[in-house]
Amino acid sequence: MRPRQIALHAALAVGGLVMLFPFVWMLLTSFKGVRQMLNDPLAWLPDPWRWANYPDALGAMPFGLAYWNSFYIAAINVTLTLLTSAMAAYAFARIRFRGSEVLFVVFLATQMVPSQVTVVPLYLMLAELGWIDSHLSLIVPTVANPFAVFLLRQFIRAVPVELEEAARIDGAGRWRCFWNVVLPNIRPGLGALGIIAFLASWNSFFFPLIFLNSPELATVPLLLSQFSGQRMAVDYGLILAASAIAVVPTLIAFLFGQRRIINSMAASGLGGR
Amino acid sequence: MALDTGARTGPRTGSARPGARAGRVRHRDGWWAAFFLAPQVSALVVFLVGPLCFAVVLAFMHWDGLGQKEWAGLANFAAVLTDPQFGRAVWNTVKLAVLTVPAGLGLALLIAVALNNVRGSGFYRVLYFLPVVTSSVAVALMWQIILAGDEFGVLNTSLEQWFGITAPDWLGDPDWVIVAIAAVTIWSSLGLNVVIFLAGLQTIPPQIVEAARMDGAGPVRIFRSVTLPLLSPTIFFSTVVAVISSFQAFDQIYVLVNPQDNDGARTIVYQVYELGFRDFQFGLSSAAALILLVLTLLVTLVQFAAQKRLVHYDS
Repeated sequence: MRPRQIALHAALAVGGLVMLFPFVWMLLTSFKGVRQMLNDPLAWLPDPWRWANYPDALGAMPFGLAYWNSFYIAAINVTLTLLTSAMAAYAFARIRFRGSEVLFVVFLATQMVPSQVTVVPLYLMLAELGWIDSHLSLIVPTVANPFAVFLLRQFIRAVPVELEEAARIDGAGRWRCFWNVVLPNIRPGLGALGIIAFLASWNSFFFPLIFLNSPELATVPLLLSQFSGQRMAVDYGLILAASAIAVVPTLIAFLFGQRRIINSMAASGLGGR
Repeated sequence: MALDTGARTGPRTGSARPGARAGRVRHRDGWWAAFFLAPQVSALVVFLVGPLCFAVVLAFMHWDGLGQKEWAGLANFAAVLTDPQFGRAVWNTVKLAVLTVPAGLGLALLIAVALNNVRGSGFYRVLYFLPVVTSSVAVALMWQIILAGDEFGVLNTSLEQWFGITAPDWLGDPDWVIVAIAAVTIWSSLGLNVVIFLAGLQTIPPQIVEAARMDGAGPVRIFRSVTLPLLSPTIFFSTVVAVISSFQAFDQIYVLVNPQDNDGARTIVYQVYELGFRDFQFGLSSAAALILLVLTLLVTLVQFAAQKRLVHYDS
């Protein structure tokens, strides 16, 4: 029994190192200066440690602004996603209405449509509305989220119906049942979905790339891609400092909620796109 | 009591005064359902179903966004399908799926089985999951410097120094770039599949495995005859999702190697992007996008047909 455990741990640790290596290399390289990159690009440790890469990267492009943009867009997206998908999930889980099952299947089927198929018409529509090069283009269309509805429906179905029935006998209406009885009972689901939606919004790249033009509107991934495009020469240190600036906050957020995030993504078996 | 007319109590209370009461109940529930569904359904219709229909119309039009829309019939499809670049894009898309899906899921299964058999798997779970939550742009930049073909590429210079192997220029060589993209894709999606498989493995009742062991089955036999069949619905589902997402891959390819400079990295999705937002050929772009959709649906249908023979469901 013991040797097998050791062998498995060894194999998993080697795999873990492969998973971790790009992050470690990013962090180490982010402290290297141009001169070291030219003379000895393979050195493990920075020599000297060029801390200035971080302020330089922050100063080279409006990363502070991009942070704020990404953050507030993600916050609004999370709020809208949680509210609207919980409402729809409640209808699917608790209200019996004609066509409920068909509608739910249609909901799930729309998930199959790649966003690239609808992006041209969506672009034209948003242009018509005057929302191109505006954050509205990243907020309003992302409300539609069948995955979120599916996930919360699973959670709502696990809440005992008796709780709701008791509230109704006390005179509560549909909305009060939803708001005061069901929502407090699916807090873990809402938390997990909130984090998944936050990450999806924060990391999203395709829509910002197409819908935004002005540098001051850029989100973090968009700015990062433009930054690297501009200085692909040798200054990898600076580029990876910028990458680290973009990545580290999400990693910290992930480490805080890791159990919840991993479990809900695993349970839904769908991933949080 | 007035509002105590939920789905479950409906039929029971209805027995007192069947017709009228049940009818009124259902009527009101319909309104509530409409109210709760309204935000999601309208967003779905306006931002997904509507654009999808519009895409179908656009695919049959000549239009560059400025002039008149003109009926094109099947000309856009013909133009896209006979374009050698599109042919290359289809080929690359298929290659990417073939390279990522079996290898990625096989590796994930192996790791999940290992995790299911060790104590303290939580730590590894986090480790393997890190890339899943990392911005795809940052992932591409991290790998760019590892895979670079010049003296900055850690991978190739290390291979050269330690083993004397001259490796190809992963991101520059059109014949190898898809392999490099596939490797990065597997690395970044591995954790998601691992945790899904691990969750599936943990639902297998230990008694079944124990019974097989009592009957003298070894670990390999148990894996093949017990674990794999019981996990097959999860594997099937992950395969469908993995194929769809490999067909839709864009972010990492766009940042890792701009396919504009390297035809080997052109995928259908990139073609859609370039036709639509570089060339402003909205008709052509929509036609390419619809071909992608049809291809996705076809492959998914084939998978669903195959699952009848390969996937084991309870009962």
